[in-house]
Amino acid sequence: MPTDAAEARRAGGAGAPGGLRRGFPAGRAALVTYLMAGYPDRERSLAALRAAAAAGADVVEIGVPFSDPLADGPVIQQAAEEARRAAGGPFGLAETIALAAEFLGEEGCDGPPVALMTYLNPMLRLGLAETARRAVAAGVSGFIVPDMPFDAAGMWLEAAEGLDTVLLAAPTSTPERLARIGAESSGFVYCVSSLGVTGERSELSEELAGYVRRVKAATDLPVAVGFGVGTPDQACAVARVADGVVVGSAIVRLQEDAAAVAAFVGSLAEAVRGARQRCP
Amino acid sequence: MPALAALASGFREAWADPAFRGELDALLRDYVGRPTPLYMARRLAAETGLAHVLLKREDLAHTGAHKVNNTLGQCLLAHRMGKRRVIAETGAGQHGVATATTAALLGLECSVFMGVEDIRRQALNVYKMRLLGAEVVPVSDGAGTLANAVTAALRHWVERVEDTFYVLGSALGPHPYPLIVRELQSVIGEEILQQLAERGMTVRDVDAVAACVGGGSNAIGTFHPFLREVPVGERPLLVGAEAGGEGVDTPRHGASMTRGEPGVLHGHYSYLLQDEAGNPLEAHSISAGLDYPGVGPEHAYLRDAGLVRYEPVTDAEALEAFALLCRTEGIIPAVESSHALALLPRLAEELGPRATVVVTVSGRGDKDIDVVREAGLGAD
Ligand SMILES: Cc1ncc(COP(=O)(O)O)c(C=O)c1O
Repeated sequence: MPTDAAEARRAGGAGAPGGLRRGFPAGRAALVTYLMAGYPDRERSLAALRAAAAAGADVVEIGVPFSDPLADGPVIQQAAEEARRAAGGPFGLAETIALAAEFLGEEGCDGPPVALMTYLNPMLRLGLAETARRAVAAGVSGFIVPDMPFDAAGMWLEAAEGLDTVLLAAPTSTPERLARIGAESSGFVYCVSSLGVTGERSELSEELAGYVRRVKAATDLPVAVGFGVGTPDQACAVARVADGVVVGSAIVRLQEDAAAVAAFVGSLAEAVRGARQRCP
Repeated sequence: MPALAALASGFREAWADPAFRGELDALLRDYVGRPTPLYMARRLAAETGLAHVLLKREDLAHTGAHKVNNTLGQCLLAHRMGKRRVIAETGAGQHGVATATTAALLGLECSVFMGVEDIRRQALNVYKMRLLGAEVVPVSDGAGTLANAVTAALRHWVERVEDTFYVLGSALGPHPYPLIVRELQSVIGEEILQQLAERGMTVRDVDAVAACVGGGSNAIGTFHPFLREVPVGERPLLVGAEAGGEGVDTPRHGASMTRGEPGVLHGHYSYLLQDEAGNPLEAHSISAGLDYPGVGPEHAYLRDAGLVRYEPVTDAEALEAFALLCRTEGIIPAVESSHALALLPRLAEELGPRATVVVTVSGRGDKDIDVVREAGLGAD
């Protein structure tokens, strides 16, 4: 059963009008794009974010550079390392929130809602309450924290009032766990498409449709699928069964060049928008 | 993660099963060579100004370190849980060698993740792992040391949870690992208590017990039975030695208890050496087994509760203790263990010349010969 607090969170917080849910349009799947803050440097990461938003991203995830990214594949891991190196000083959660504030300031409230993807320790370091306060002030809508065990998420969920916290479901999650993830998540539920770290896969799991159906049965939130989606064709296939498609590594790979990001995100957006009719 | 839940229940059932415990105990006796001796080191005691020094000789366990107690238990558990493949991370290489050894014993496929810097420092152990049939996977991320190897192994494990068991090397990581490793290593402290009794001594005759702390497995295995079985008033002083490197006032050390801040790494909340943004820092120690930026979570609790004291020992102090044990007792200890031995003169000063101290010699020093030679020991 969802708790009252979870119910309140799902209604959307004051700091983020409509929350992440606003990024999921009726009638078609949403395109969720992941970009690494500060990669290859601060300016170009900002340019890439703008390019992705203009080319049709419905929700934007901004990754926080971290040295020990347990859930990320080589592309994102290396981008995080490069971002930290390029900054020449600290570039972590605080700097990423500042970057998000700048991006959101330009996009206004018409732009796609923003979720930060970070690991738990940078949040603890900045302070959970301080993290939430700064994120709300920046206009950030939510957080995705892959190493936050949700049995231990209580402290953060309390601090995160006004912010969505997207929980992750895995193909190996038991029905009991899916029910809790569905009830406690807010904004959307993130389905990790296959076991392992982020990165493109040549083939998506055949059981994807059934897995997404199981997650959808556990929640009334939108259900987005990520980890391994890297081409417009794959995005299209996922968009037919899920409410959202998350593309990360394939975009981060192009992040040095805003024009390339624009073109690629444009092709993904087109594929996702046309998916309910047919896949190319 | 479902795999962790399965591991927790798998371990709980195995630990309660007399057949599993019987098989483990028999192998500990016949294969590992337990109990390891509790040796009265008279010349070392005289040199350090103590009445008695008792050495718990984990260096005499098969593969040359306490690590094998843990890998035997975990590999048996892997076997029982139907996994055909094990992976491990290693710093000094001792845990890798121990895992490769017990995997060979039980017919399990084995891959060991190791930082490229540690591969360089511990060439002998790398070679042993390969002889034992294991694959050594080089990890070039970050500093190429233990923390990077743990990250790589965890990342790999998520991809292969279906057929793979992760044999974690110390009392750290996500639950239930710290618990599993503590239970498997507690054989060290249990034997100490029993061996004291066999000598006609009681715990009251012991003033202090010392062990080195990397992730904290040999220390928790040494201390836990004292914490569990001996009332506070009768308990000896328990002291952990952590890597002081070039000094805790320099950036080059691994003293997470002395200089770390609370933080999360590799799925556990404990003391962590980290930068302002919450990135774990590279730890440094002359011993590859101690340069981890964190420490097992139970040690953080024991420290905060005032039940165990933790002190940094520098590279130079460890080398001095290494040389001293070689010369006084004809025992070449691991550089890790030398950190614990370096506490002896300090304890003599604090407790006086009538004091008795037990030290766990967690491993033997063959693997460190190049390191101590490079540091200039025995040059003249
Ligand atoms: C001989 C020896 N002692 C101690 C350690 C430190 O580990 P722990 O603190 O888990 O016992 C190691 C680690 O590799 C080791 O090889």
